[in-house]
Amino acid sequence: MAAGALASKTLHELRALLKAGTVCAGDVLEDLLARIAQQNPSLRAYLAVDEARVRRQLQAKSAAASQDPPLSGIPITVKDNICIQGEETTCASRILQGFRAPYDATAIERLRSAGALLIPRANMDEFAFGSSTENSAFGVTRNPWAPERVPGGSSGGSATAVAADLAIAALGSDTGGSIRQPAAFCGIVGMKPTYGRVSRYGLIAFASSLDQIGPLAKDVTDAAILLSVIAGHDARDSTSAPVEVPDYERQLSQRVEGLRIGLPKLSGIEGIDPDVRQALDDAVAVLEGLGLRTVPIELPHISAAVATYYIIATAEASSNLARYDGVQYGWRAVNGASAQSPLINLYLRTRTEGFGAEAKRRILLGTYVLSQGYYDAYYLQGMKVRTLIKQDFDEAFARCEVVLMPTAPTPAFRIGEKLDDPLQMYLSDIFTISANLAGVPAMSLPCGFSHRGLPIGMQVLAAPFREDLLFRVGYAYEQATDWHRRAPVSSATSSYE
Amino acid sequence: MITLLCATSMSVVTPALVNQVAFLARLQLEGQALAQLATQLDGILQYVQQLQAIPTAHVQPTSHVLPLANVLRPDEPRPSLPTEVVLALAPSAKSPFVRVPKVIEA
Repeated sequence: MAAGALASKTLHELRALLKAGTVCAGDVLEDLLARIAQQNPSLRAYLAVDEARVRRQLQAKSAAASQDPPLSGIPITVKDNICIQGEETTCASRILQGFRAPYDATAIERLRSAGALLIPRANMDEFAFGSSTENSAFGVTRNPWAPERVPGGSSGGSATAVAADLAIAALGSDTGGSIRQPAAFCGIVGMKPTYGRVSRYGLIAFASSLDQIGPLAKDVTDAAILLSVIAGHDARDSTSAPVEVPDYERQLSQRVEGLRIGLPKLSGIEGIDPDVRQALDDAVAVLEGLGLRTVPIELPHISAAVATYYIIATAEASSNLARYDGVQYGWRAVNGASAQSPLINLYLRTRTEGFGAEAKRRILLGTYVLSQGYYDAYYLQGMKVRTLIKQDFDEAFARCEVVLMPTAPTPAFRIGEKLDDPLQMYLSDIFTISANLAGVPAMSLPCGFSHRGLPIGMQVLAAPFREDLLFRVGYAYEQATDWHRRAPVSSATSSYE
Repeated sequence: MITLLCATSMSVVTPALVNQVAFLARLQLEGQALAQLATQLDGILQYVQQLQAIPTAHVQPTSHVLPLANVLRPDEPRPSLPTEVVLALAPSAKSPFVRVPKVIEA
């Protein structure tokens, strides 16, 4: 078999090949590791891959593999903010450099019991603060479709890895679009589950009321398989929902005729790229051809989503990141002379030297909006507008089963383009943020290309715990189109299906 | 460029205010970085001012989207991470303590 032939397969293709005994897990892993060794120095999707540690999982597995778990022998790439026992987990931040997690996240535990092989550590924006992966303390990830462009973020490493066949499928995290926007920029599928669907235990916290772990995959089927494995109630996360998880894969081909797609007006939002508009219009026509009906809907507060988000998310982040003080774990600065007490000075130096520019910006913004005298005007008002945004979605989902909108207003932008203008960077999240504020599930899937050949993603949203609808609509759309089978030129011979 | 409906007001964030907030957050900022952050934070805060125009007098705040409250578990002791595993993560430790600079003068 040609080099990269296995790395380019989907999860479900590999599962079938492994089951039939056509290939063995060792072949898959070696093909993938060879491709990573070859391509990662230029793409930087991974911060590091410890080949010896990865191979050791395979040896431990063959000793115990008598039963037939759903992901047996399948490598799954993991973003650098999800704890894997014994592995370095840094959130792409200097302040956690050298930190080896003492326990497994629940999602990791579930992948392990499903037989998966874990491949850490996919690059990301530091602490998931960003939309381009340029805020990583350890290097910029490149978009495999156009190396001078960003892969999106914050799960940019996971997205590039999946798109360039340096991963079979991956886990990311999404606080304001960090799975969906990079999935759109890299031409793959990315899904943010309902808040509470996947346990956050072991996901290093950014904004606890918004964070969710979710899959990035080569197609909808793979995303459905992965979510079925990682979802479900977990007593170790008190915000985990005690709601039954269906077998999403089995429901994929259920009928979609007659489902209603809500098309929001998106008033007050300018700057949507004409290629993105065109791709969305074309996608609507395809969905109508499949028997879905469109209905106009209103999401009157969506234009306030970015402002609301950057109050709530930074407030939560400033409080979550207070724990990094150089005392109990992580990195500690060398103490020096100071006017402050030696302990205060240790905190100041460790945090000042350990956090990057965007982390500092968000900590300061969050500290400001929570401080005395500003709390009511910013944080409290933000939480009230959040209620209005959530109500917009409640009303929308009374009139339709799914909502369709762009994932991002533009295709991937150039490296450096928005780095000095944080507000422009934040505004690139305008379409993804409201799903986190409302807690609803949302999925991005490939729906076309710009005139420059850059992937475009469309976003499908559903009511809480109706991920099944997203997968069904996405699967039906995939059967009628071939966007998800396109691969960047640098990619190995693509042979999905 | 992406633009949204945006209320504007005069500059509120001065370098002195940023310094004060930075100390609360245990961060130190100086020179160019401080001036640049003041300008950027001012721009962001002016942008989020648009929320003031949304009527919310009778709206309850949402801190959390799930209808879950007071999630409790039985108050029973369970195994935790072993002390030596946790201490091994500390930058400086002397079992069973982590070591920090002196806080109380003799």
